[in-house]
Formats: sequence, C-alpha cells, structure tokens
Amino acid sequence: MDVSASGNMILDAARIRQDFPVLWQRVHDRPLVYLDNAATSQKPHAVLDRLMRYYREENANIHRGVHTLSVAATDAYDAARERVRQFINAADVREIVFVRGTTEAINLVAATYGRVHVGAGDDVVISEMEHHSNIVPWQMLCEEKGARLRVIPMTDEGELQLDGYARLLGPRTRLVAVTHVSNALGTINPIEEIVRLAHERGIPVLVDGAQAVAHMAVDMQAIGCDFYAFSGHKVFGPTGIGVLYGRASLLEAMPPYQGGGDMIRSVTFERTLYADTPQKFEAGTPNIAGVAGLDAAIAYLSDIGLDRVAAYEHELLAYATEALSQIEGLRLTGTARRKAGILSFVIADIHPHDIGTILDRAGIAIRAGHHCCQPLMARLGVPATARASLACYNTREDIDALVSSIRTAKAVFA
Amino acid sequence: MSAELDDLYQEVILDHNRAPRNFRALHVGRKAEGFNPLCGDRLTVFLQIDDGVIKDVAFQGSGCAISKASASLMTESIKGKRVADATRMLEQFQGMVTSSPADPVSGLGKLEVLAGVRQFPVRVKCATLAWHTLRAALESPDAVVSTE
Repeated sequence: MDVSASGNMILDAARIRQDFPVLWQRVHDRPLVYLDNAATSQKPHAVLDRLMRYYREENANIHRGVHTLSVAATDAYDAARERVRQFINAADVREIVFVRGTTEAINLVAATYGRVHVGAGDDVVISEMEHHSNIVPWQMLCEEKGARLRVIPMTDEGELQLDGYARLLGPRTRLVAVTHVSNALGTINPIEEIVRLAHERGIPVLVDGAQAVAHMAVDMQAIGCDFYAFSGHKVFGPTGIGVLYGRASLLEAMPPYQGGGDMIRSVTFERTLYADTPQKFEAGTPNIAGVAGLDAAIAYLSDIGLDRVAAYEHELLAYATEALSQIEGLRLTGTARRKAGILSFVIADIHPHDIGTILDRAGIAIRAGHHCCQPLMARLGVPATARASLACYNTREDIDALVSSIRTAKAVFA
Repeated sequence: MSAELDDLYQEVILDHNRAPRNFRALHVGRKAEGFNPLCGDRLTVFLQIDDGVIKDVAFQGSGCAISKASASLMTESIKGKRVADATRMLEQFQGMVTSSPADPVSGLGKLEVLAGVRQFPVRVKCATLAWHTLRAALESPDAVVSTE
C-alpha cells in the first residue's frame, strides 16, 4: 500500500481533501477545519459534477417518457438503486426505497408497517441514545394507537445494556428501532446481537444507519435487520435524498406511504391498484438529481473502500481521543469500547456554545448543542455537549487545530 | 484571538458568567420560563412586583456565558425600577443587540457590554433569552416563552 505524504499507511487523506472544494476555503481568515461531519458531510467533485451533468444533459421525468432524455434519466435512477443495493448488500433491488432522508424513512415505516402492526397495549422498543428522528415518529404512533414506548437503558459510558434490552422484549413487542451508531456519543451498537435477540422472539428490527454508512462497511445480510435507514447527505451525497432498505416480504405486505403518480398500477375513480415495491413507496416525481448524486457519492466512497475508511477513522479517533484527554477539565461523553469517529465533550465551566463560537473564529466547525438527543442529554445530566465528528478527509492537523483552539477557549474563561 | 471575540467575551461578561448575580429562586411573586429549543438553553425569571415597582428579581437555569451574563446583568439593571422603565430598557436592549455592529450604543449603562454580540448573529438569541422571558413574566404570570 502507498504511503501518503502525511505518512499514513491506510489512506491518503491529503489526496482525498483535494476532491472536496469546500475544504479549500478560509473561514475567518483561517483554513477551514471541518469537524461537523455527523451533521452533514462535504461533497466531492464527483458528486458536484454528477449533479451538474444530470441537469445539463439528462434532466427529464422518469418512468414515463418515450423520449431519449427520459430514458437516460430512468436508466440513471434505476442504476443508482442497484448501486445502493450493492453498497449495503441487500438481497434484491426491490428492497431499496428512495426517500428524502433517514427521518422520512423512519416515518414511512411508522406510518405504514407501524400503523398496521402496532395496536393498543403493544410495545415499541427504542434506546436511550436515539436521535429525535427515531423517537418522535414512534411516540406519535404510540399515542395514536395507545401503545407503549419502551426504552433500552445504557451505561454511563454510552453502551446499550443488552440484558436490560432482552428483558424489554415481550409478547407485546411489535418492533425494535435502534441506532447503528450514536450521533451524539459515537457508540457503535452491537446491532447483529440486537437483531438476533429480537428475531428469536419474532420481532422485526429497524436500524437507523445515518451515522454508520459513511464510516464502515454495512451489510444487510450480516446485520439481518428488517429495515435500515440512511441519508445521502451524510455519505458525501446531496441533501434531500435518502434510502430505506426493507426486507422484500415486509415491504410487499405494507400499505403505501403516500398516494400519487408513479406508485400505481392502475387508477379508476372506484379503485386504485398499487405498483409493486419499491415504486409503491415513491409517489410523485422523486429527487432524480439527488439519486444521481447519491449514486456518484457511493461510487466515490466505494472506490476509496469502506474498510480503509473505517481503519483510518479509527486511528484518527484514537489520536483525537488521546489529544483531547490531555486537556485538563475536558470530559468526553461517550467512551464506549466500540466507537465511530465522534468526540462529544464538555469542559468544566465553559458552555458548549461558547466553545463553538471561539472555535468558529479559528475556522473550526463543530456542533454545540443537544444534537437532537434531548432525552440522552437528560440521561447524561448535561444540557448540551460540544461535538467534533470525523470523516475520511480529516487529518491529525485538524485535530491539532481543534486542541489548540480548545486551549484558547480555556484561556478566555480561565 | 480576534478582536471580535475580545468584544464578545469582555471581562464583565466573564465575571457575570462565573458568578451570576441574583441566581436563585423567589418564592413569592411571579415567574416565567424561557428556552431556546435550538440549543437547549433554559431559564426561569422570577419577579416580585409591588405597586408597579420591581422589588426583587432573580433567575435560574442553564445556558452559555452570553445568556447567563445577560440574565445576570438584567436582574441588576431592573431591580428597584418601575415596570414601565424596565419595559423601556427591555426594548432598548433588544434594539441594541439587533442593530448594526457599526451603530453607536448609549443609554444602557453596564448592559452595553453585550453589544459585542452584534458581530455574532447566531448568538443574539442567547443575549435576548432572559429579556424575552422577562417580558413574559411582566405580561403574564407563569408563562413559557421560546426564542423560536
């Protein structure tokens, strides 16, 4: 394997950075250090060029026209679905539904599968570390149906307690919805084990993969889950496009999500026959450009190789964890044994927003706040944290800049 | 560090953040709760009004240095003032923090240290949270306000 200019054996981050024009800029007259990848990732040339090429050369509606452009757009759309299937190793291309993002994917399952299968007195199981998007749709469903939301407890380090989880599973449990990787803590959950325990009792599992797919190889056959959701924009793709994977047998039995064009086989005023899955869940003109952009993003990331990305980010996480641990008064929240590149922290007597503002003036972008995880923040006993989140274009220099600016913040508040 | 940061985190602000004044609950009078849903900042303003005069004012909650210092400075500024004067000060304060950074500031005394927030538009809400909450407490007892 090549040794990069920065001396890293696994992956040449300096080379990758060249593919991301947004990273070349200066912010407040300092080189941009982008460490907010858990919020959204930046986009490589390959994706930007693909979006432009779609609109310049192929723009047409799909699945209807006989004309050349429509055929090109339809081909691009269908090819992307196959690319996504390969990317997550789904068994069948019909198991890939394009949606707006993770949030819509989860809402789709709650509104279709959930409405059919969850009734009064039933349980839906989620975890203490879920993002609001994997809490609120289930809460709404439970309210509507008179069902109960049960919550898997976690340790202070941010690991789910599997014995507590197993105890929650009962004859009334209709669905388990759990995150693969915590956006606020970085914990990589033992998702295969979570799925196995649920399946032993015949309970389906939805996995929120928003924070996983850009950072590790994700394999539907290995995980064995029934639904898997992720967003394009966190995996170097455009905003407004995402994926719901659903096991074919489940998708086929589910009612449609929205009604409209493209999701029908035939319509009369008396009756509509719905299209097969996945079209049944894709009413209306979809985000065709977004799908093309996502296709390019996945191709780009697959070229680098997810195993290399995971290994590189793991090493960078270890470096960052060590560097941040040297800062007196800084406490990392989320110290699970298996972690993705997310460093959430609090500093005694400095509010995360003040850290965020001071870092921004040094050109460093982090997130400060509750990370759409208010119940988790309550569990941790903090109102908010500061969060640096890594991608494969981040370097040790980025971490050094972060550490140096945190020291500045500490000096201001000393 | 940049001049703007120096303007924002002036010593007075850091001092009020470290040791907020009137940081306690009142068990008489009225209160209002304010929160900023974007960042989770939350505070409660307590008011004791007698004969149109703010006899006592206090606050509790959690937030960044700007929101804490602003709340702390606010309690100092309005204690003992007539309600009408506090309302005027509130409006003047909101006018100041939403004005252009180049505009001169005057008439607000110690509160003028918060003018530095004008160079940080995303932080203006931090500075105004306590004041929004004060307005709610003045207008209706036991109100909840949000900056959104």
